[in-house]
Amino acid sequence: MAETHSLQDMRQQAAVAAKVFIQRDYTNGTVCQFQTKFPSELETRIDKQQFEETVRTLNNLYAEAEKLGSQSYIEGCLACLTAYTIFLCMETHYEKVLKKIAKYIQEQNDKIYAPRGLLLTDPIERGLRVIEVTIFEDRSLTR
Amino acid sequence: MMKNCEYQQIDPRALSVSPSSAQNHTEKKAQRPRRKWEVFPGKNRFFCDGRIILARQSGVLPLTLGLIIVTCGLFFAFDCPFLVEHLTVFIPVIGGVLFVFVVISLLRTSFTDPGILPRATPDEAADIEKQIDTSGSSTYRPPPRTKEILINQQVVKLKYCFTCKMFRPPRTSHCSLCDNCVERFDHHCPWVGNCVGKRNYRFFYSFIISLSFLTSFIFGCVITHITLRSQAGFHTYLVASNLTTNEDIKGSWSSKRGAEDSGNPYSYNSIMTNCCVTLCGPMPPSLIDRRGLLPPDEATPAASASDIELPLFAAKNDTHMEENCQDFALSCTA
Repeated sequence: MAETHSLQDMRQQAAVAAKVFIQRDYTNGTVCQFQTKFPSELETRIDKQQFEETVRTLNNLYAEAEKLGSQSYIEGCLACLTAYTIFLCMETHYEKVLKKIAKYIQEQNDKIYAPRGLLLTDPIERGLRVIEVTIFEDRSLTR
Repeated sequence: MMKNCEYQQIDPRALSVSPSSAQNHTEKKAQRPRRKWEVFPGKNRFFCDGRIILARQSGVLPLTLGLIIVTCGLFFAFDCPFLVEHLTVFIPVIGGVLFVFVVISLLRTSFTDPGILPRATPDEAADIEKQIDTSGSSTYRPPPRTKEILINQQVVKLKYCFTCKMFRPPRTSHCSLCDNCVERFDHHCPWVGNCVGKRNYRFFYSFIISLSFLTSFIFGCVITHITLRSQAGFHTYLVASNLTTNEDIKGSWSSKRGAEDSGNPYSYNSIMTNCCVTLCGPMPPSLIDRRGLLPPDEATPAASASDIELPLFAAKNDTHMEENCQDFALSCTA
Protein backbone atom coordinates (compact mmCIF):
# COMPACT_ATOMS: atom_id res chain seq x y z
CA MET A 1 0.00 0.00 0.00
CA ALA A 2 1.48 3.33 -0.96
CA GLU A 3 1.51 5.86 1.83
CA THR A 4 2.22 9.53 1.54
CA HIS A 5 4.39 11.07 4.20
CA SER A 6 5.91 14.46 4.34
CA LEU A 7 9.48 14.54 5.55
CA GLN A 8 8.37 16.80 8.36
CA ASP A 9 5.83 14.31 9.60
CA MET A 10 8.38 11.57 9.38
CA ARG A 11 10.69 13.68 11.47
CA GLN A 12 8.07 14.13 14.12
CA GLN A 13 6.95 10.53 14.07
CA ALA A 14 10.34 8.93 13.68
CA ALA A 15 12.89 9.22 16.41
CA VAL A 16 16.36 10.26 15.61
CA ALA A 17 18.55 7.25 16.14
CA ALA A 18 21.88 8.89 15.46
CA LYS A 19 23.66 11.68 13.68
CA VAL A 20 26.77 11.23 11.60
CA PHE A 21 29.05 14.13 10.77
CA ILE A 22 31.16 14.13 7.63
CA GLN A 23 34.09 16.40 8.41
CA ARG A 24 36.05 18.67 6.12
CA ASP A 25 38.99 17.40 4.13
CA TYR A 26 41.90 19.85 4.33
CA THR A 27 44.50 17.93 2.31
CA ASN A 28 44.23 20.47 -0.50
CA GLY A 29 44.28 23.53 1.69
CA THR A 30 41.41 25.66 2.87
CA VAL A 31 39.13 24.97 -0.11
CA CYS A 32 35.76 23.56 0.90
CA GLN A 33 35.96 19.78 0.45
CA PHE A 34 34.42 17.00 2.50
CA GLN A 35 35.86 13.63 3.34
CA THR A 36 34.59 10.90 1.08
CA LYS A 37 35.29 8.16 3.63
CA PHE A 38 32.15 6.11 4.15
CA PRO A 39 31.05 6.21 7.80
CA SER A 40 30.40 2.83 9.40
CA GLU A 41 27.02 3.85 10.85
CA LEU A 42 25.55 4.12 7.37
CA GLU A 43 26.62 0.69 6.23
CA THR A 44 23.24 -0.84 6.88
CA ARG A 45 21.29 1.96 5.34
CA ILE A 46 22.82 2.99 2.07
CA ASP A 47 25.09 1.82 -0.66
CA LYS A 48 28.68 2.98 -0.24
CA GLN A 49 29.00 3.86 -3.90
CA GLN A 50 25.87 5.99 -3.79
CA PHE A 51 26.97 7.93 -0.77
CA GLU A 52 30.46 8.57 -2.07
CA GLU A 53 28.94 9.77 -5.34
CA THR A 54 26.84 12.31 -3.44
CA VAL A 55 29.80 13.64 -1.49
CA ARG A 56 31.97 13.78 -4.59
CA THR A 57 29.34 15.77 -6.48
CA LEU A 58 29.07 18.17 -3.56
CA ASN A 59 32.84 18.57 -3.52
CA ASN A 60 32.83 19.37 -7.23
CA LEU A 61 30.10 21.94 -6.75
CA TYR A 62 32.02 23.66 -3.95
CA ALA A 63 35.16 23.62 -6.08
CA GLU A 64 33.18 25.35 -8.82
CA ALA A 65 32.01 27.99 -6.36
CA GLU A 66 35.54 28.76 -5.22
CA LYS A 67 37.17 28.45 -8.63
CA LEU A 68 39.64 31.16 -9.56
CA GLY A 69 38.77 31.81 -13.14
CA SER A 70 38.26 34.72 -15.46
CA GLN A 71 34.68 35.07 -14.30
CA SER A 72 35.63 35.47 -10.65
CA TYR A 73 38.39 37.94 -11.51
CA ILE A 74 36.05 40.06 -13.62
CA GLU A 75 33.48 40.01 -10.85
CA GLY A 76 36.10 40.97 -8.29
CA CYS A 77 37.58 43.82 -10.34
CA LEU A 78 34.19 45.21 -11.24
CA ALA A 79 33.18 45.10 -7.60
CA CYS A 80 36.38 46.86 -6.54
CA LEU A 81 35.90 49.64 -9.08
CA THR A 82 32.35 50.28 -7.95
CA ALA A 83 33.49 50.32 -4.31
CA TYR A 84 31.67 47.01 -3.81
CA THR A 85 28.29 48.69 -4.20
CA ILE A 86 27.54 46.34 -7.07
CA PHE A 87 26.77 43.55 -4.62
CA LEU A 88 23.70 45.45 -3.52
CA CYS A 89 22.04 44.53 -6.80
CA MET A 90 23.98 41.51 -8.05
CA GLU A 91 24.33 38.04 -6.60
CA THR A 92 27.86 36.73 -6.29
CA HIS A 93 28.99 33.65 -8.19
CA TYR A 94 29.41 31.79 -4.89
CA GLU A 95 25.81 32.53 -3.87
CA LYS A 96 24.56 31.24 -7.22
CA VAL A 97 26.41 27.96 -6.75
CA LEU A 98 25.15 27.66 -3.16
CA LYS A 99 21.61 27.79 -4.51
CA LYS A 100 22.50 25.01 -6.93
CA ILE A 101 23.90 22.97 -4.05
CA ALA A 102 20.76 23.48 -1.98
CA LYS A 103 18.66 22.24 -4.85
CA TYR A 104 20.91 19.22 -5.36
CA ILE A 105 20.75 18.25 -1.70
CA GLN A 106 16.99 18.54 -1.64
CA GLU A 107 16.77 16.41 -4.74
CA GLN A 108 19.09 13.76 -3.24
CA ASN A 109 17.09 13.75 -0.04
CA ASP A 110 13.84 13.23 -1.89
CA LYS A 111 15.06 10.54 -4.25
CA ILE A 112 17.65 8.58 -2.34
CA TYR A 113 17.99 9.39 1.35
CA ALA A 114 14.47 9.91 2.62
CA PRO A 115 13.28 6.49 1.38
CA ARG A 116 16.11 5.00 3.43
CA GLY A 117 15.29 6.98 6.56
CA LEU A 118 18.23 9.31 6.20
CA LEU A 119 18.43 13.06 5.90
CA LEU A 120 21.26 15.22 4.61
CA THR A 121 21.60 18.71 6.05
CA ASP A 122 22.99 21.40 3.79
CA PRO A 123 26.54 22.20 5.06
CA ILE A 124 25.86 25.93 4.79
CA GLU A 125 23.56 25.58 7.78
CA ARG A 126 26.45 24.19 9.79
CA GLY A 127 28.91 26.88 8.74
CA LEU A 128 30.39 24.73 5.95
CA ARG A 129 32.04 22.62 8.63
CA VAL A 130 30.24 19.30 8.33
CA ILE A 131 27.68 17.39 6.31
CA GLU A 132 25.22 16.27 8.94
CA VAL A 133 23.48 12.99 8.17
CA THR A 134 20.52 12.29 10.43
CA ILE A 135 19.61 8.62 10.81
CA PHE A 136 16.02 7.95 11.69
CA GLU A 137 14.80 4.85 13.41
CA ASP A 138 13.79 2.26 10.90
CA ARG A 139 10.02 2.10 11.42
CA SER A 140 9.64 -1.16 9.61
CA LEU A 141 11.87 -2.91 12.13
CA THR A 142 9.69 -1.84 15.07
CA ARG A 143 6.63 -3.60 13.59
CA MET B 1 12.61 -3.67 4.23
CA MET B 2 11.75 -0.30 2.78
CA LYS B 3 8.21 0.87 2.36
CA ASN B 4 7.04 2.17 -0.93
CA CYS B 5 6.24 5.65 0.20
CA GLU B 6 5.69 8.84 -1.65
CA TYR B 7 7.17 11.89 -0.13
CA GLN B 8 5.96 15.44 -0.50
CA GLN B 9 8.39 18.09 -1.56
CA ILE B 10 9.27 20.23 1.38
CA ASP B 11 11.89 22.83 1.94
CA PRO B 12 14.94 21.23 3.57
CA ARG B 13 15.52 24.43 5.50
CA ALA B 14 12.31 23.86 7.42
CA LEU B 15 13.90 20.69 8.77
CA SER B 16 16.70 22.55 10.49
CA VAL B 17 14.16 23.08 13.27
CA SER B 18 15.21 20.66 16.00
CA PRO B 19 12.71 18.12 17.34
CA SER B 20 12.29 19.93 20.67
CA SER B 21 11.19 23.14 19.06
CA ALA B 22 8.84 21.24 16.78
CA GLN B 23 6.79 20.57 19.88
CA ASN B 24 6.60 24.28 20.49
CA HIS B 25 5.46 24.73 16.93
CA THR B 26 2.01 25.92 17.91
CA GLU B 27 3.48 28.25 20.51
CA LYS B 28 5.80 29.75 17.95
CA LYS B 29 2.91 30.56 15.67
CA ALA B 30 1.63 32.97 18.26
CA GLN B 31 4.87 34.95 18.61
CA ARG B 32 6.85 36.68 15.82
CA PRO B 33 9.48 34.32 14.37
CA ARG B 34 12.88 35.41 15.61
CA ARG B 35 15.95 35.83 13.50
CA LYS B 36 19.21 34.07 14.22
CA TRP B 37 21.06 37.29 14.97
CA GLU B 38 18.91 37.85 18.00
CA VAL B 39 20.31 34.74 19.66
CA PHE B 40 23.83 35.04 18.31
CA PRO B 41 26.26 33.84 20.99
CA GLY B 42 29.22 36.08 20.11
CA LYS B 43 29.89 39.58 21.40
CA ASN B 44 28.58 41.40 18.36
CA ARG B 45 26.01 44.08 17.84
CA PHE B 46 23.55 44.01 14.99
CA PHE B 47 21.68 46.76 13.19
CA CYS B 48 19.09 46.96 10.42
CA ASP B 49 17.53 43.62 11.37
CA GLY B 50 20.81 41.74 11.08
CA ARG B 51 22.12 43.33 7.90
CA ILE B 52 24.85 45.25 9.67
CA ILE B 53 27.26 43.62 12.11
CA LEU B 54 29.70 45.37 14.44
CA ALA B 55 32.02 44.30 17.23
CA ARG B 56 30.75 44.99 20.73
CA GLN B 57 33.17 47.82 21.31
CA SER B 58 33.12 49.98 18.24
CA GLY B 59 36.64 51.00 19.14
CA VAL B 60 37.73 54.20 17.53
CA LEU B 61 35.57 53.87 14.40
CA PRO B 62 33.78 57.18 15.12
CA LEU B 63 37.19 58.81 15.52
CA THR B 64 38.44 57.36 12.23
CA LEU B 65 35.34 58.55 10.40
CA GLY B 66 35.52 61.92 12.10
CA LEU B 67 39.16 62.46 11.18
CA ILE B 68 38.55 61.58 7.55
CA ILE B 69 35.45 63.79 7.26
CA VAL B 70 36.99 66.79 9.03
CA THR B 71 40.23 66.66 7.00
CA CYS B 72 38.34 66.37 3.72
CA GLY B 73 35.91 69.06 4.77
CA LEU B 74 38.72 71.48 5.47
CA PHE B 75 40.33 70.53 2.17
CA PHE B 76 37.18 71.20 0.18
CA ALA B 77 36.43 74.42 2.03
CA PHE B 78 39.86 76.04 1.88
CA ASP B 79 42.11 74.48 -0.71
CA CYS B 80 39.66 73.73 -3.46
CA PRO B 81 38.39 77.26 -4.24
CA PHE B 82 41.94 78.52 -4.63
CA LEU B 83 43.18 75.53 -6.62
CA VAL B 84 40.16 75.43 -8.93
CA GLU B 85 40.92 79.02 -9.87
CA HIS B 86 44.61 78.53 -10.37
CA LEU B 87 44.91 74.98 -11.62
CA THR B 88 42.03 72.84 -12.74
CA VAL B 89 38.46 71.95 -11.77
CA PHE B 90 39.47 68.27 -11.58
CA ILE B 91 41.08 68.78 -8.17
CA PRO B 92 37.85 68.66 -6.14
CA VAL B 93 36.50 65.98 -8.52
CA ILE B 94 39.43 63.63 -7.83
CA GLY B 95 39.30 64.53 -4.16
CA GLY B 96 35.59 63.80 -4.02
CA VAL B 97 35.90 60.42 -5.75
CA LEU B 98 38.72 59.35 -3.43
CA PHE B 99 36.79 60.50 -0.37
CA VAL B 100 33.67 58.54 -1.36
CA PHE B 101 35.78 55.44 -2.07
CA VAL B 102 37.53 55.69 1.30
CA VAL B 103 34.31 56.08 3.26
CA ILE B 104 32.54 53.25 1.46
CA SER B 105 35.52 50.90 1.94
CA LEU B 106 35.69 51.81 5.62
CA LEU B 107 32.00 51.19 6.20
CA ARG B 108 32.09 47.93 4.27
CA THR B 109 35.03 46.75 6.39
CA SER B 110 33.32 47.72 9.63
CA PHE B 111 29.86 46.43 8.89
CA THR B 112 30.67 43.17 7.10
CA ASP B 113 30.84 39.80 8.79
CA PRO B 114 34.59 39.03 8.71
CA GLY B 115 34.04 35.29 8.25
CA ILE B 116 32.65 34.25 11.60
CA LEU B 117 32.26 30.51 12.03
CA PRO B 118 29.02 29.55 13.72
CA ARG B 119 29.51 27.55 16.88
CA ALA B 120 29.05 23.81 16.73
CA THR B 121 25.58 22.48 17.42
CA PRO B 122 25.29 20.35 20.57
CA ASP B 123 25.10 17.17 18.47
CA GLU B 124 28.21 18.09 16.56
CA ALA B 125 30.08 18.97 19.73
CA ALA B 126 29.09 15.69 21.31
CA ASP B 127 30.26 13.78 18.27
CA ILE B 128 33.65 15.49 18.32
CA GLU B 129 34.00 14.92 22.04
CA LYS B 130 33.20 11.28 21.53
CA GLN B 131 35.88 10.93 18.93
CA ILE B 132 38.70 12.32 21.02
CA ASP B 133 37.74 12.01 24.64
CA THR B 134 38.77 8.64 25.92
CA SER B 135 38.41 9.28 29.63
CA GLY B 136 34.80 10.37 29.41
CA SER B 137 35.12 12.54 32.48
CA SER B 138 33.33 15.86 32.55
CA THR B 139 34.57 17.13 35.87
CA TYR B 140 37.78 18.66 34.63
CA ARG B 141 38.78 20.41 31.48
CA PRO B 142 40.93 18.12 29.38
CA PRO B 143 44.33 19.40 28.21
CA PRO B 144 44.31 21.47 24.99
CA ARG B 145 43.49 19.22 22.10
CA THR B 146 45.16 19.32 18.74
CA LYS B 147 44.64 17.35 15.61
CA GLU B 148 47.33 16.95 13.02
CA ILE B 149 46.47 16.89 9.36
CA LEU B 150 48.35 16.97 6.09
CA ILE B 151 47.92 19.97 3.88
CA ASN B 152 49.83 19.83 0.59
CA GLN B 153 52.25 17.34 2.11
CA GLN B 154 52.87 19.57 5.13
CA VAL B 155 51.82 18.77 8.67
CA VAL B 156 49.50 21.37 10.17
CA LYS B 157 48.11 21.30 13.69
CA LEU B 158 44.45 22.13 14.18
CA LYS B 159 43.52 23.39 17.60
CA TYR B 160 40.32 22.71 19.45
CA CYS B 161 38.33 25.80 20.36
CA PHE B 162 36.74 25.42 23.78
CA THR B 163 34.31 28.27 23.26
CA CYS B 164 33.04 27.19 19.87
CA LYS B 165 33.39 23.48 20.64
CA MET B 166 35.01 22.44 17.41
CA PHE B 167 38.37 21.96 15.80
CA ARG B 168 39.32 25.21 14.15
CA PRO B 169 39.88 24.93 10.41
CA PRO B 170 43.38 25.95 9.25
CA ARG B 171 44.08 29.71 9.40
CA THR B 172 41.13 30.24 11.69
CA SER B 173 41.61 32.02 14.98
CA HIS B 174 39.39 32.90 17.91
CA CYS B 175 39.03 36.63 18.59
CA SER B 176 38.59 37.24 22.29
CA LEU B 177 37.18 40.74 21.74
CA CYS B 178 34.37 39.49 19.57
CA ASP B 179 34.23 36.01 21.11
CA ASN B 180 34.04 34.36 17.70
CA CYS B 181 36.18 32.09 15.59
CA VAL B 182 37.01 33.95 12.40
CA GLU B 183 38.19 32.29 9.20
CA ARG B 184 41.55 33.42 7.80
CA PHE B 185 41.84 35.71 10.81
CA ASP B 186 44.11 38.66 10.13
CA HIS B 187 43.69 40.88 13.19
CA HIS B 188 41.11 42.82 15.18
CA CYS B 189 41.36 46.40 14.02
CA PRO B 190 40.17 48.99 16.58
CA TRP B 191 40.24 51.78 13.98
CA VAL B 192 37.64 49.93 12.01
CA GLY B 193 35.82 48.49 15.01
CA ASN B 194 35.74 44.94 13.66
CA CYS B 195 37.87 41.87 12.99
CA VAL B 196 39.58 41.62 9.62
CA GLY B 197 39.16 38.14 8.19
CA LYS B 198 38.38 36.19 5.06
CA ARG B 199 35.25 38.10 4.06
CA ASN B 200 36.30 41.68 4.65
CA TYR B 201 40.05 41.61 4.01
CA ARG B 202 39.62 43.03 0.51
CA PHE B 203 37.52 45.92 1.80
CA PHE B 204 40.13 46.60 4.48
CA TYR B 205 42.92 46.58 1.90
CA SER B 206 41.09 48.92 -0.48
CA PHE B 207 40.36 51.17 2.49
CA ILE B 208 44.01 51.56 3.47
CA ILE B 209 45.21 51.90 -0.13
CA SER B 210 42.61 54.52 -1.04
CA LEU B 211 43.27 56.29 2.25
CA SER B 212 46.97 56.51 1.35
CA PHE B 213 46.10 57.97 -2.04
CA LEU B 214 43.68 60.41 -0.45
CA THR B 215 46.18 61.62 2.15
CA SER B 216 48.99 62.04 -0.39
CA PHE B 217 46.61 63.84 -2.72
CA ILE B 218 45.44 66.25 -0.03
CA PHE B 219 49.01 66.73 1.17
CA GLY B 220 50.16 67.53 -2.35
CA CYS B 221 47.33 70.00 -2.85
CA VAL B 222 48.07 71.72 0.44
CA ILE B 223 51.77 72.08 -0.41
CA THR B 224 50.83 73.44 -3.86
CA HIS B 225 48.44 75.87 -2.25
CA ILE B 226 51.04 77.16 0.20
CA THR B 227 53.65 77.42 -2.55
CA LEU B 228 51.34 79.31 -4.83
CA ARG B 229 50.45 81.76 -2.14
CA SER B 230 54.09 82.44 -1.27
CA GLN B 231 56.36 84.81 -3.19
CA ALA B 232 58.51 82.02 -4.55
CA GLY B 233 55.48 80.27 -5.87
CA PHE B 234 53.89 83.40 -7.11
CA HIS B 235 56.88 84.47 -9.09
CA THR B 236 57.44 80.97 -10.41
CA TYR B 237 53.93 81.28 -11.74
CA LEU B 238 54.73 84.65 -13.27
CA VAL B 239 57.88 83.33 -14.92
CA ALA B 240 56.02 80.38 -16.32
CA SER B 241 53.37 82.63 -17.82
CA ASN B 242 55.72 85.41 -18.92
CA LEU B 243 53.83 88.01 -16.87
CA THR B 244 54.87 90.85 -14.70
CA THR B 245 53.45 91.50 -11.22
CA ASN B 246 52.05 94.74 -12.53
CA GLU B 247 50.20 92.99 -15.34
CA ASP B 248 48.94 90.29 -12.99
CA ILE B 249 47.59 92.78 -10.47
CA LYS B 250 45.95 94.94 -13.11
CA GLY B 251 44.70 91.86 -14.89
CA SER B 252 45.85 93.26 -18.20
CA TRP B 253 45.80 89.93 -20.02
CA SER B 254 43.78 87.61 -17.83
CA SER B 255 40.52 86.72 -19.47
CA LYS B 256 40.86 82.98 -18.95
CA ARG B 257 43.10 81.09 -16.54
CA GLY B 258 45.43 78.44 -17.88
CA ALA B 259 49.02 78.31 -19.09
CA GLU B 260 48.23 78.15 -22.76
CA ASP B 261 45.27 80.25 -23.63
CA SER B 262 45.92 83.46 -21.75
CA GLY B 263 45.46 86.67 -23.62
CA ASN B 264 49.05 87.56 -22.95
CA PRO B 265 50.61 88.44 -26.34
CA TYR B 266 54.12 88.02 -24.99
CA SER B 267 53.65 84.46 -23.85
CA TYR B 268 55.25 81.74 -25.94
CA ASN B 269 52.37 79.48 -24.86
CA SER B 270 54.75 76.95 -23.34
CA ILE B 271 55.83 76.93 -19.72
CA MET B 272 59.31 75.69 -20.63
CA THR B 273 59.85 78.36 -23.26
CA ASN B 274 58.54 81.13 -21.00
CA CYS B 275 60.89 80.03 -18.21
CA CYS B 276 63.86 79.75 -20.52
CA VAL B 277 63.29 83.12 -22.10
CA THR B 278 62.78 84.97 -18.84
CA LEU B 279 65.52 83.31 -16.82
CA CYS B 280 68.07 82.14 -19.34
CA GLY B 281 67.52 84.47 -22.21
CA PRO B 282 70.36 86.76 -23.49
CA MET B 283 71.35 89.31 -20.90
CA PRO B 284 70.46 92.75 -22.34
CA PRO B 285 73.11 95.45 -21.95
CA SER B 286 72.72 98.48 -19.71
CA LEU B 287 71.52 101.41 -21.81
CA ILE B 288 72.66 104.14 -19.48
CA ASP B 289 76.40 104.52 -20.04
CA ARG B 290 77.15 105.28 -16.40
CA ARG B 291 80.89 105.35 -16.63
CA GLY B 292 81.24 106.93 -19.99
CA LEU B 293 83.43 110.08 -20.14
CA LEU B 294 81.81 113.32 -21.08
CA PRO B 295 83.31 115.39 -23.97
CA PRO B 296 84.33 118.96 -22.74
CA ASP B 297 81.69 120.97 -24.70
CA GLU B 298 78.98 118.93 -23.21
CA ALA B 299 79.42 120.80 -19.88
CA THR B 300 77.89 124.12 -21.28
CA PRO B 301 74.48 122.80 -22.20
CA ALA B 302 74.43 121.17 -18.79
CA ALA B 303 75.50 124.46 -17.10
CA SER B 304 72.96 126.54 -19.08
CA ALA B 305 70.29 124.18 -17.90
CA SER B 306 71.19 125.00 -14.34
CA ASP B 307 71.68 128.75 -15.22
CA ILE B 308 67.99 129.02 -15.92
CA GLU B 309 67.34 128.23 -12.33
CA LEU B 310 70.31 130.28 -11.03
CA PRO B 311 68.97 133.83 -11.69
CA LEU B 312 65.94 132.93 -9.59
CA PHE B 313 68.18 131.90 -6.79
CA ALA B 314 70.40 135.01 -7.23
CA ALA B 315 67.40 137.26 -7.01
CA LYS B 316 66.30 135.69 -3.81
CA ASN B 317 69.62 134.90 -2.09
CA ASP B 318 72.94 136.64 -1.33
CA THR B 319 76.21 136.03 -3.25
CA HIS B 320 77.46 133.40 -0.79
CA MET B 321 74.58 131.22 -1.67
CA GLU B 322 75.14 131.94 -5.36
CA GLU B 323 78.63 130.57 -5.13
CA ASN B 324 77.44 127.46 -3.40
CA CYS B 325 74.79 126.91 -6.02
CA GLN B 326 77.28 127.25 -8.83
CA ASP B 327 79.53 124.70 -7.17
CA PHE B 328 76.61 122.33 -6.82
CA ALA B 329 75.62 122.74 -10.46
CA LEU B 330 79.11 122.01 -11.62
CA SER B 331 79.36 118.90 -9.49
CA CYS B 332 76.12 117.50 -10.96
CA THR B 333 77.37 117.60 -14.51
CA ALA B 334 80.72 115.97 -13.71
